[in-house]
Amino acid sequence: MNRHLLAAADLSRDEALLILDTAEELARISDRPIKKLPTLRGRTVVNLFFEDSTRTRISFEAAAKRLSADVINFSAKGSSVAKGESLKDTALTLEAMGADAVVIRHMASGAPRRLAGWIKGHVVNAGDGMHEHPTQALLDAFTIRRRLRGESTSHTGISSHGSPTGGLDGIRVTLVGDVLHSRVARSNIALLNTLGAGVTVVAPPTLLPLAVDGWSCEVSYDLDAVLPKTDVIMMLRVQQERMNAAYFPSVREYSRRYGLDTARMAAMPEHAIVMHPGPMNRGVEIAAEVADSPRATIVEQVANGVSVRMAVLYLLLGGAELGGTNE
Amino acid sequence: MHARRGTDSFPDKRVFEPEEIRRALTRIAHEILERTNGAGDILLLGIPTRGVPLARRLAERAGEFEGRPIPWGSLDITMYRDDLRLRPARALGPTELPPAGIDGQTVVLVDDVLYSGRTVRAALDALTDLGRPRSVQLAVLVDRGHRELPIRADYVGKNLPTSQREQVRVLLAEVDGEDAVLLDERDAFPDNSKKPSGSEPGSNQGSEQKGALA
Repeated sequence: MNRHLLAAADLSRDEALLILDTAEELARISDRPIKKLPTLRGRTVVNLFFEDSTRTRISFEAAAKRLSADVINFSAKGSSVAKGESLKDTALTLEAMGADAVVIRHMASGAPRRLAGWIKGHVVNAGDGMHEHPTQALLDAFTIRRRLRGESTSHTGISSHGSPTGGLDGIRVTLVGDVLHSRVARSNIALLNTLGAGVTVVAPPTLLPLAVDGWSCEVSYDLDAVLPKTDVIMMLRVQQERMNAAYFPSVREYSRRYGLDTARMAAMPEHAIVMHPGPMNRGVEIAAEVADSPRATIVEQVANGVSVRMAVLYLLLGGAELGGTNE
Repeated sequence: MHARRGTDSFPDKRVFEPEEIRRALTRIAHEILERTNGAGDILLLGIPTRGVPLARRLAERAGEFEGRPIPWGSLDITMYRDDLRLRPARALGPTELPPAGIDGQTVVLVDDVLYSGRTVRAALDALTDLGRPRSVQLAVLVDRGHRELPIRADYVGKNLPTSQREQVRVLLAEVDGEDAVLLDERDAFPDNSKKPSGSEPGSNQGSEQKGALA
């Protein structure tokens, strides 16, 4: 592992699989009477959130606490940032307080990388602007692997659930929606490619970045044509807070052409699953009946997020400090 | 004693042949049954990596003698180690317990080598987080001495007096393709080695016939 987790695109296949396999073992402690491990005792993890976020922050907080780390939550609202403090000064303050790791969400793409150059602790990107959200991509890959590759039997034969192993080779994933503004889409496309899955993005032309031709994914404007060839469909949120310009004529038209309703879900193969990074706009990109169907993994994704973030924190913080990369 | 095979990489002594391992495990299986009055409520837990196949073999053997299956599982102790910060973060091994859990059971921890006792200390901590066994016992294939904690084994395959410079390696068919216990001199090839081969003591790959002949 590198010292930091800044982008899913930085991960090699082996590193990504190490995180997923570690998360698979850590997921089991949620079945235990004592859901806590002593591993990061005495380490401090700072959640530095410049953007509103509930689930990601809580997920990181739960992950750090299950590993016995001390957690300090810092949100920009009502803090010295509101008084005009720069990111660098905030970072140095946190460093002086002994932060071993900083989990940062920032509205500016690249802020985590800047932060990594300023502080000695480990930096985990929890979403930066329109760039990346690597732990979301990891938890999505983890969820796909569990649902579609979770049939192997365990090696001792006593546990009922086997641990899936290996990559996502041959799985066809379709991302639908606001790819232009979505860091989740960028991270997912990078990681899914690394793990061997095939990716198709479906969106109105206005919601695709100009550079999409250079991405290693297929592009389509016709959702219905792609559905029968889809094992996993990921519905991206229509980010109304970023919609200063009109990217599509009306929410209703978007929903008709790119929303996932029960009829469209029925057009997918029997085993196909429906994912959404949350928070959902029910009735816009995803119909309520679809979101509540057993094929939807939305609640599972939240639970898996804690396991994956535990794995990331353990692999970054659990071992020795050795500059450079190791195993 | 010096039956060296082409697959073995560097000068080492085979201190345990496959037959001896088989006999030692058979004896331990009998001892476990004797000490626990027929193993009514025991659970064998192997510590990954090589404790797990040992636990399975012991459970199968004891099960044959008693005519009923003996439960076994695995217990990963990585997250409880006291030397985590001395090395890069390691991959985790599996922890698999029977659905009934460990409460009220006699848990027999199984590992390949007992050395400092720190692994067993970590395993005891891990057990505490999983439940409350009635008692905990320890079975090891090799006890090489040099304890750093007040821990001892209840069942020992072989007591192997070693110096701390030496390295004991247990090979098991399930993991390594063959059964053997090897004793290596760790400093067999010091940095300013007189030995001609450019072999690294840490690597266990490739053939070192040149070094062996020299």
